[in-house]
Amino acid sequence: MSNLFDLVVAGLATGAIYALVAVGFTLLWQTSQTINFAQGEFVMLPAFLMLAAMHAGAPFWLAIILGILLSMLLLGLAFKMLLVDPMMRHGVLPLAIATMALAIGLKEAVKQFFSAEASPFPSIVPTGDVSILGHAISLQSIGVLVLAILAVFGLTALLNRTSLGHQMQAAAQNPTVARIIGVPVERMILLTFLINAFLVALASLLITPIYLAKFTSGEVLGQAAFIAAIVGGFNQVRGAIAGGLLIGVLDNLAAAYVSTQYRAAVPMLFLIAVILFRPQGLLGRAEERTV
Amino acid sequence: MSGFAKPLKIAFGLIIIAALIVVPMNFNRYGLFILSQWAVMAIAAMGLNLTLGYAGQVSLAQGAFVGIGAYAAAIMTTHGWPLPAAIVVAIGLSFAVGWVLGYPALRVQHHYLAFVTLAFSTLAFLVFRNESWLTGGIYGISNIPRPHIFGIATSKPLPFYYVCLGSLAIVSLAVWWLIRSPWGRAFMALRENPLRAQSLGVDTRRYTLMAFAIGSALGGVAGALYAPLTQYIDPVPFNLSLSLDLLMMVIVGGAGFFLGPFLGAMIAVLLPEWLRFTEGYYLMLYAIAVMGLLIWSPTGILGILDRYLAERRTKAASALRAVAKSRLEPVQ
Repeated sequence: MSNLFDLVVAGLATGAIYALVAVGFTLLWQTSQTINFAQGEFVMLPAFLMLAAMHAGAPFWLAIILGILLSMLLLGLAFKMLLVDPMMRHGVLPLAIATMALAIGLKEAVKQFFSAEASPFPSIVPTGDVSILGHAISLQSIGVLVLAILAVFGLTALLNRTSLGHQMQAAAQNPTVARIIGVPVERMILLTFLINAFLVALASLLITPIYLAKFTSGEVLGQAAFIAAIVGGFNQVRGAIAGGLLIGVLDNLAAAYVSTQYRAAVPMLFLIAVILFRPQGLLGRAEERTV
Repeated sequence: MSGFAKPLKIAFGLIIIAALIVVPMNFNRYGLFILSQWAVMAIAAMGLNLTLGYAGQVSLAQGAFVGIGAYAAAIMTTHGWPLPAAIVVAIGLSFAVGWVLGYPALRVQHHYLAFVTLAFSTLAFLVFRNESWLTGGIYGISNIPRPHIFGIATSKPLPFYYVCLGSLAIVSLAVWWLIRSPWGRAFMALRENPLRAQSLGVDTRRYTLMAFAIGSALGGVAGALYAPLTQYIDPVPFNLSLSLDLLMMVIVGGAGFFLGPFLGAMIAVLLPEWLRFTEGYYLMLYAIAVMGLLIWSPTGILGILDRYLAERRTKAASALRAVAKSRLEPVQ
């Protein structure tokens, strides 16, 4: 049983990171029908931006701030203006394909300009274990979980409790009416892109110390985030959070109890089952777009 | 495409075919390998173009079917079976699995369908990697023989290139016939308006499954040629990125255009080779080229041509109208 407890805690920590990535993913989908196949690479890149800043001599805290700002600039603003805006009106598929190409481009750029080898990345949470109820739990898991939950709560509060959040929801649900009642829809869409960039940068900061910084590390992560978003409900922020946690735990348990060879199959089978029997997702509502 | 005169089009096609036969004769090993790869990928992309471009069903699993075909061919030919038999099995197997994969498409569409097929693609990869009693696991299957066709050994690169090219020709003719048959019409009706198609008596259920099954079967054919082409297969080439690459080929070439997959496969297979002189940058440039193209023309390369021809026709028509009008006016 103690083993199960540890697995669930570790799974929740990874799941919380998946949730961050999945939330950003659903935000982009809701406001601009962007299926971002480069979302995993979006998580991979900020860690390298931070590493580059550190190589240039910046202290860790400054590198983090620079990394987050740069990723908001590149993965938020530039991504929207250069790729999404010109393609949005042409439908979902060409844009989705363009993000696939972007994923290749980002991977290759990091490989070429930085390194093809995995680089270690400092942790913002102190390493070591604490003992809770007789279980040794790594501080890293707890720190990741706490930070991710804080970020998600902050985002939910922003969306549900502030006027800005309400405007964003309106822009996502019904852009035409939102525009009529005076919501600056374009600015709201840009804001979701910036939020997504912030979330992926945060996820990058949290996950890279665990899995090292490597140009391919986005592949698995991007898939996990897709699955989390769909399983939870493509049109719900809380769905994406639940989906992320669920996939994190499921993945960890599958590795321990099913087989290490087929651990990746369990979330996939779960995904297929959810899509076939509850396509709106576990927490989603059918045919409705809500932030 | 109908802007060109028909004899001109036929002549142009014949020149390209002749060039594909004659020009590679003095290519080196590597050049022939790349061209053969182009032919194989064009077959797989043509299958996906049927599913996606004509019937409108998004699939991120075409790479898995190439894998199924490749493993079927590799396992059978290394056990002494002839390649044609292996191709038949590859077609049958991919057709059956593709049919089953079509069932989700009856329930969900668009991005949901994309994700179901994505999940299938990953599952197939896991099976290739883990069932080592059958697939050789991560060590793969080596020494895959190349076939004898009409008693001629094709183990050299040039004869095998002709095998690939010939297969591409046969598949192209079959697809050409298919999209002009009532079936092709039904596929397009499915893409344009499923509800109306159904009200006109098209069995949308059967045609959706068919679109998946036939498209997948062509993926299987491509795989069955891929295995003897590389003579060694392991699971890595058949992971999700192959499916994504094939999807990219179809969209970049122009989904729903007959010639789209040929161009798309050319861009995906040959462009990185042409860019190789840029060394480490070639895939980056490739990615930028694809993004740039899609921003410029979301309907792919043939979309540009199509737009240009449509514009020219409109101009010609309005010129005719102006002439007709000026003739009518004095009568008033």
